[in-house]
Amino acid sequence: MRLARNHLYSLAATAAFLALLVAGDLWFDSFSLRVWNLCAIYVVLALSLNLVNGFTGLFSLGHAGFMAVGAYTCALLTMTPEQKEMNFFLAPIVPWLAHVHLPFLPALLAAGIVAAALGFLIGAPALRLKDDYLAIATLGFAEIIRVVLTNTQSLTNGALGLKGLPMFSTTWVVWPCAALSVAFMVLLTRSSYGRAMKAVRDDEIAAGAMGIDVFRVKVVSFAASSFMAGVGGALLGHLLTTIDPKMFTFMLTFNILLVVVLGGIGSITGSVISAVAVTVGMEALRFLDGPLDFGIFALEARPGLRMVVFSLVLMGVVLFRQRGLMGNREFSWSMLSRAGLLPRTAEGRDGHA
Amino acid sequence: MTLALFLQHLANALALGSLYALIAIGYTMVYGILRLINFAHGDLFMLGAYLAFYGVALFVMPWWATFAIAILVTALLGVGLERVAYRPLRDSPKISVMISAIGASFLIENVAIVLFGGRPKGVTVPDVFNVKLSSHGVSVMSVSVVIPVFTFAILAVLLWIVGKTRTGMAMRAVSTDLDAARLQAIDVNRIISFTFGSGSLLASFGGILWSYKYPQLNPLMGVMPGLKCFIAAVIGGIGNIQGAVLGGFLLGGIELLTIAFLPTLTGYRDAFAFVLLIVVLLVKPAGLLGSRQAEKV
Repeated sequence: MRLARNHLYSLAATAAFLALLVAGDLWFDSFSLRVWNLCAIYVVLALSLNLVNGFTGLFSLGHAGFMAVGAYTCALLTMTPEQKEMNFFLAPIVPWLAHVHLPFLPALLAAGIVAAALGFLIGAPALRLKDDYLAIATLGFAEIIRVVLTNTQSLTNGALGLKGLPMFSTTWVVWPCAALSVAFMVLLTRSSYGRAMKAVRDDEIAAGAMGIDVFRVKVVSFAASSFMAGVGGALLGHLLTTIDPKMFTFMLTFNILLVVVLGGIGSITGSVISAVAVTVGMEALRFLDGPLDFGIFALEARPGLRMVVFSLVLMGVVLFRQRGLMGNREFSWSMLSRAGLLPRTAEGRDGHA
Repeated sequence: MTLALFLQHLANALALGSLYALIAIGYTMVYGILRLINFAHGDLFMLGAYLAFYGVALFVMPWWATFAIAILVTALLGVGLERVAYRPLRDSPKISVMISAIGASFLIENVAIVLFGGRPKGVTVPDVFNVKLSSHGVSVMSVSVVIPVFTFAILAVLLWIVGKTRTGMAMRAVSTDLDAARLQAIDVNRIISFTFGSGSLLASFGGILWSYKYPQLNPLMGVMPGLKCFIAAVIGGIGNIQGAVLGGFLLGGIELLTIAFLPTLTGYRDAFAFVLLIVVLLVKPAGLLGSRQAEKV
């Protein structure tokens, strides 16, 4: 009986969320809708980074690189031959790509696959390194990817970037992608593979002694995370409709890292909540970059103040609330009932983290 | 390629390499003590250069006075940074400390953007550094000669401090085993502050000389040199001062000589360091002069 009630809650929550999506799609103005859809993309990206950093314990700082690869793959596959010709005016595009033209979904899948393949290639050597060495090596790979994208004029149009991408990242594309990512992460973390990842995170040597193929778990986690980062990057490109190598600097990885740390490293729920909160917050705080008027005195526009606030938030969380919003706990209905927000249900039945 | 041209490139590589070496020493000292990548090191480098710039521009001081004040202020800032951002996390998981370091780096960069403005600023190079020296067809600015001299002088002083003084002995003890050092009545916090202070001093020293050699400032100028110099420190064997110097020269040399001999690769210059890093880590994970540490179970 009690379990059935939880299912009812879940059904109601899903319905409410769908209603929110429909309402948002109908009534949000174009700016709000864009921010709202950006939230979904940040959910995908945050989960991707959380998979390696939070669940497998590999500190990777290279996600901007995989996002860039995904974004470029998808963009080059979906642009029409005419659009390509218009974009590539400094050097013509390589012939084998000039006439490729795919629908969005296969291209999105391809973006994920190319990013995952690259993640596998990079992971195989880099994952032999640990801690800060891994962090700096992945950061290095991301930087190399960016340098290559800037310099391969006839493949990526170099520093000019690609403009006028079709706007495919609508509500009904990005939110299902976010939902799929959440579902994938929940299923993965509850599978034996997910438990192996957590074991590797908690104690690599003990995990190895228990018969877990540590290296394989790491590589699979890294490749799966790269897949999600590639898809997220592709969605981002098709939301902004323009991409260039400068977009994918360490700054982007930093933003995603901020989301993950705020939400709680190792919490799916935390990543989702904090992805929405940070994305909306970043837009809401845009006024900080403009002129400020405090009534008594006024400040002229100082671009950068917004990022000062965000850096301070990150520092504050790490120094004073290391576990972030959720720690490594997950949302469950029994959690709400324990907190007295819902009628009591059977505890622990469906509430495992 | 003529001999003169080759020597010309070599002179440039020597100057760049010793700048890298100066910054890499700071990284290696901090890492040796705390096992921590001080991501904010490159930003202290930037702060040093800006402080020297404003010292001359606002307060009309001779270059050597502003130079001295700027490196001292940066050293204090480095000590403060360790107090605020790293010390509270000394017993925390590594990932927290690293995130704190990244946060500190972004905070400094963004505060610098707010305070100094995002637009690049031109630096007036003091006359001493701006003399053209030429002989046998090779011509360099005096700054390119001064930098290696400074670097080697500093290296000598540091090796003396670390190898011969009591403070240096304490530093070595802390870097070998922090808890055991504390048991030997070493004031660990004082040693760590000293290390951060001298590391930041070197960063700012490098930053000011960098701004004399490439006379332009911008708030993000420390990011790339910072990363490359951390890599130089890793390549040389992190925690090892001679290794950092070797790594710095290797990096500067390879970067400039590749550009000189293979000009088509110039666009890739920022990727060289990372390629070199990955190769070295895979072949010799402890770096060229580093010794492999056994993993504690």
